[in-house]
Amino acid sequence: MRAADGTPLKIKLRQAEHREVMRAFLLIAPLFLFIVVSFLIPIVVMLKNAFYDPDIVNNLPQTTELLRQWDGKALPGEEVFAAFAADLKTASKARTVALVGKRLNYEIPTLKSKVTVTARKLDKIETGPWTEAVIAADPIWKDIFTWAVVKRAGSSITPYYLLSALDLRQGADGGIERTPVERRIYLQVLGRTLGISAMVTLLTLILGYPVAFMLATLPQRTASILMIFVLLPFWTSLLVRTTAWTILLQDGGVVAQFLHVTGITWISNVLGFMSGEPHLFKTRFATVLAMTHIQLPFTLLPIYSVMKTISPTYMRAAKSLGATPFHAFRTVYVPQTMPGVAAGCLLTFILCLGYFITPALVGGGSDNMIAGFIDTAMNNEGNWGKSSALGFVLLTATLILYYVYNRLIGIDKMKLG
Amino acid sequence: MKKLSILFTAALLAGTAFAGSARAGDELTVTSWGGAYSESQRKAYYEPYMAAGNKITEAEYNGEVAKIKAMVEANAITWDVIDVDTATALQGCAEGALETIDWAKLGLDRAKFIGAELMECAVPTIVYGTVYGYDTSKLAEGPTTINDFFDLAKFPGKRGIQKNPTVNLEWALIADGVDAKDVYTTLSTPEGVDRAFKKLDTIKSEIVFWEAGAQAPQLLADGQVVMTSAWNGRLQGAIDNDKKPFKIVWDHQGLDWDWWAITKGTPKIEEAYRFVAFASSVGPQAEQTKFIAYGPANKDAIPGIAPATLPNLPTAPDNLKTAFNVDPQFWADHGDELKERFNAWLAK
Repeated sequence: MRAADGTPLKIKLRQAEHREVMRAFLLIAPLFLFIVVSFLIPIVVMLKNAFYDPDIVNNLPQTTELLRQWDGKALPGEEVFAAFAADLKTASKARTVALVGKRLNYEIPTLKSKVTVTARKLDKIETGPWTEAVIAADPIWKDIFTWAVVKRAGSSITPYYLLSALDLRQGADGGIERTPVERRIYLQVLGRTLGISAMVTLLTLILGYPVAFMLATLPQRTASILMIFVLLPFWTSLLVRTTAWTILLQDGGVVAQFLHVTGITWISNVLGFMSGEPHLFKTRFATVLAMTHIQLPFTLLPIYSVMKTISPTYMRAAKSLGATPFHAFRTVYVPQTMPGVAAGCLLTFILCLGYFITPALVGGGSDNMIAGFIDTAMNNEGNWGKSSALGFVLLTATLILYYVYNRLIGIDKMKLG
Repeated sequence: MKKLSILFTAALLAGTAFAGSARAGDELTVTSWGGAYSESQRKAYYEPYMAAGNKITEAEYNGEVAKIKAMVEANAITWDVIDVDTATALQGCAEGALETIDWAKLGLDRAKFIGAELMECAVPTIVYGTVYGYDTSKLAEGPTTINDFFDLAKFPGKRGIQKNPTVNLEWALIADGVDAKDVYTTLSTPEGVDRAFKKLDTIKSEIVFWEAGAQAPQLLADGQVVMTSAWNGRLQGAIDNDKKPFKIVWDHQGLDWDWWAITKGTPKIEEAYRFVAFASSVGPQAEQTKFIAYGPANKDAIPGIAPATLPNLPTAPDNLKTAFNVDPQFWADHGDELKERFNAWLAK
């Protein structure tokens, strides 16, 4: 069979289909490009920054090259010291000595200033022997461990940042050990992040499920009006809602005054539940409360839309077969809402993991979650390697949870409506 | 045809958008710390400068050196002139994020500026004190020394401190009995650092952090804290402008500078120099003290300060009795590890 112009119909059909596919692809191309540019590329860059740090190899090129052959058993030879001196002189001119110092300082605190001082002193020296000159500039260069750190940092792929995000570090012999106790913080923060997220998810479920049930079973007109009470806060900016909690919870704020005027403060003081006025602001309680409020619609809405699809005839059938209302609800209704519950809880949990502004505004110093630390490492400490590594840890934790969830419940069973 | 005209309109719109951003490019972007301090700079520097036909766009930050570095590294400079603190000036200079200042080009006498010799890449603009303050309507018999700040038995209640180890560690050691002149030698040893953190531990349960300078007087005004550390000008601003019953405790104030720095590689370097020269000149420097109680870095501006303002400046003789200078070299050398440890400490 041939088309009017003589080409076989089969080919003609394929051409037409190809055009359709291309058109469809063009339609999704803007979104696809947007996701690649704004989502995939930043994640890849972040993952790269967590492992890749070329500061030392770029700024001490000859030294790192020579150190590759060094066995680490005795102090490196004169040629390494000479190369080091030459590299530092070049770095001084290019104003990159501080970068070298900053990177080495992560592993040996105080090395930053020592690198700067050494570079300054070496600038005035023209000829060797360099071993004596470098050691005279600062005795730390006599230490084999210093050179082991330079050698280790000299490889552009480094496990340092990821290890430090897990409270670990490489010791003098290259073995992995825990960081000193005063710096051991990130595992605790990760645990805290997971804990707060789980707590908020559970609370939103307990509060949201009955509301969703009521909205789904009430007559449409009433339900629509009540729905506004769910959606209105949902449409309000997160920052505004967080600030509102600040006003409510602060010392001498609305809640504290209410407790005072109603005498609850006085009674609690007499009964010994608390002493003095309540301190609600800048506490874990405030963090969980504000986050639960903000996340409630995210848990509620998927549950609601699944409940809307459940036909009331199932419950009627169960009751007509002799089940008590509670039994029918538990064995017939609740299992059918599970896809919505799963979707809502997963959504809330994963969103909670990345919370940043709410814990920072209403929580205390010890309520800061991992996203807050990513910000601190990036903006306050200027340590992008660490912030990337923390992002990597958070991403991995999220993916593991997603995997476990998929195995337990099955992602195909999840329903947003 | 219709499609073509839509495309044409879109192209036209895109064209105007580009032209718009190019016009905006003539303006110099000056970044500072916000709140009362930016307000004083607006009145003393930006407005007169703009009245002379120049354009300034203001931006705000909390001293994040990483943002400046990111701009320079990505070669996407949006801040041309930045008001930086000492640590940022030193770090930005050492890491190549700030221009080296050419004083001849500025047309100013470097010797006339307090502390100018300390810095390659910045021009001093003000001298400020980190002090602490309290609300006299809540504490009639108020604290008077830095020891009182750490004394929870005598003055119970929350305390605000900056989310930054600078001055906090110094105060902790002074309150623990270290002489002010030995603070930096003590802090240079691991035992000294441990000692400072141990002292901070004693008030940790009552600590509230502030980040932006305007937050400190706000914490006090809201009654969130009974006392808070702050930059003296911010507290004075709340006393003078908002009629707050605050009192400043000058004991062991930490003296430090703010500086004008020019971002490395800015295409508007000529305008940047012109602005810094204007803002550092005698008239505007004296004018700024009308709006905020910081000492002008230009010594020639001192005679132009109103007599009523003088006792409120950190450089007033009465306020200097126990003051110490925040050591720029110490913080350049140890800032990194102490910041990291401080952040870990406050999160525990």
